[in-house]
Amino acid sequence: MKIHEFQAKELFRKSGVPVPRGGAALSVEEARQVASQLGTFPVVVKAQIHAGGRGKGGGVKLAATADEVKTVASSILGMTLVTHQTGPEGRLVKKLLVEEGLPIEKELYLSVLPDRGAAKIVFMASEAGGMDIEEVAAKTPEKIIKVFIDPLIGMKGYHANELAFGLNLSGDLAKQFCAMALKLYRLCVDYDCSLVEINPLVLTRDDRVIALDAKINFDDNALYRHKDILEYRDLDEEDPFEVEASRYELNYIRMPGGNIGNMVNGAGLAMATMDIIQQAGAAPANFLDVGGGASAEQVENGFRIILADPSVKGVLINIFGGILRCDRLANGVVEAAKKVAIKVPVVIRMEGTNVEEGRRILDESGLNLITARDVSDAAQKIAAIVKA
Amino acid sequence: MSIWVDRNTRLLVQGITGREGRFHTLTCKEYGTNVVAGVTPGKGGQDVEGIPVFNTVAGAVRETGANAAMVFVPPPFCADAILESIDAGLSLIVAITEGIPVMDMLKVKNYLKKSTSRLIGPNCPGIITPGQCKIGIQPGHIHSAGHVGIVSRSGTLTYEAVHQIQQFGMGQSTVVGIGGDPVNGTSFIDCLSAFQADPETRAIIMVGEIGGSAEEEAAEFVKKYVTKPVVGFIAGLTAPPGRRMGHAGAIISGSSGTASGKIAAMREAGITIVENLGEMGAIAKRAFASALS
Repeated sequence: MKIHEFQAKELFRKSGVPVPRGGAALSVEEARQVASQLGTFPVVVKAQIHAGGRGKGGGVKLAATADEVKTVASSILGMTLVTHQTGPEGRLVKKLLVEEGLPIEKELYLSVLPDRGAAKIVFMASEAGGMDIEEVAAKTPEKIIKVFIDPLIGMKGYHANELAFGLNLSGDLAKQFCAMALKLYRLCVDYDCSLVEINPLVLTRDDRVIALDAKINFDDNALYRHKDILEYRDLDEEDPFEVEASRYELNYIRMPGGNIGNMVNGAGLAMATMDIIQQAGAAPANFLDVGGGASAEQVENGFRIILADPSVKGVLINIFGGILRCDRLANGVVEAAKKVAIKVPVVIRMEGTNVEEGRRILDESGLNLITARDVSDAAQKIAAIVKA
Repeated sequence: MSIWVDRNTRLLVQGITGREGRFHTLTCKEYGTNVVAGVTPGKGGQDVEGIPVFNTVAGAVRETGANAAMVFVPPPFCADAILESIDAGLSLIVAITEGIPVMDMLKVKNYLKKSTSRLIGPNCPGIITPGQCKIGIQPGHIHSAGHVGIVSRSGTLTYEAVHQIQQFGMGQSTVVGIGGDPVNGTSFIDCLSAFQADPETRAIIMVGEIGGSAEEEAAEFVKKYVTKPVVGFIAGLTAPPGRRMGHAGAIISGSSGTASGKIAAMREAGITIVENLGEMGAIAKRAFASALS
């Protein structure tokens, strides 16, 4: 799960990680109020969306006076912000963060996250702050310091020292940095974060270490033990079809620009099915994994969500019946098809336990379902539908 | 021969009294697996269709000589259950459970490294040596004994692979689902290395997907150490970056973990790549012709 910058900074504050003074605003008037409470200028007005690259897209602006705050806030609120992470369709800005401007001496990069390969917690730090870290990693990997921490031992002072001295910090700045890094480690572990990233982390001219930006992603599997984090969920940032699917606990991801809806059991097979749709010359409109043991009810809900998308011109169902028998699944599909008005062609490929009986049920259902022999056959039939 | 499980496997099931645990325990037993015990804290003394239930793994091992565990414990308690089996000294632990937090698995993984146990999964279909032993939720009857070893991160995609090679008359030595989580117990390399050493396995299929770099590392391993023919498939060519595709581990981060990057690495290592899923059986037949003759 992703959260906004202002929410991440709220967590930073709670954890004792220094951030600029500021507050969130939902309107121009609120932005003006936050600025006046700060009692200092300039202030920075930042668009709050779940995507990076906001500055380059025109979503971050300075304001030197109260009037400028109003002008800047009204230009950002309601804009469709396009960044390298939003895709060409961009994201509508509905929230702002208004913060004090800081006298910046130097920008650093710092992140902490679980490293899947090493099975450790890893800190990444760089003096090349404020830049796209992927680019830094690709072009000048020597500029990135990595410190791995065994989660059974936890973070120790020497880990923090490696980072601080690696960043060429000394004296009080190094002390401030180490204290902050230890707090970030606790935050990452205690809240089951999949990423905590500060880019840039700034050193100010008055010798403070402050998180100018804040990004936190959470492990979805651990949200059950973080009810407070669930409060941060912002449905405005999610695709409405995906919000609907999440109500039925369906693994659904919408693919903008696609024309073939598809429903599959199992995540790997679902990805592979999207791939064969593309290879056959059509475009998958979604990813939908109804689970290894899909029930008739889930099939019905899946159908409803796929068909609600107006760009879907055909549907491919690919089920490998294992423990769940094909005949039971076929009955589920037929029941669902009867309840949901289906106006586009549906190709079904079914394999596994009791497949003959399953095919018979589909053939005799009286529904306009096209059965496919195997994966290749299904892909060809779907391609033919799109081309027709 | 086969890898890791066979007729000598004595299985205990953690979470045997739950709905899923009970159901799949019985399909394993039906398949011929020697299920000797179940474990559910507080339900010791009961039985599930004649399989005795114990309160602790240590107790079950003491009484029954179990040497492997299958874990169906729900996500909030699953890491603990795995640790309990590691402490009880079981040589093989197969965790089926989906949804264990990554932080929990990080601890398990680091503890596991200091032990002699092998963990398969979590979030996996299990492991099967056809005709001898099935530990997991796979449909046993689609398999048959033979000489192709299969390792995969996905469940139903593994069944698809088994089904397709069956159509071309190829059976399997052992099929391992290593699971779709970002941090798991057994890697592609562990399986490839075991298949390479196993005389019954003459050819290998590896099925990967987007996310992480396990396939790239496996490709490097194949290039250096594997002399048996390997056929590979990667799911997720069309997956958008930054989205978790069902499996917790199936996510492209920035420019790393893409399907095309994995395919390129595998091809470079001499692995025969299946581009179109529908052709897996036919391609394996050709690639394995001399190894299986």
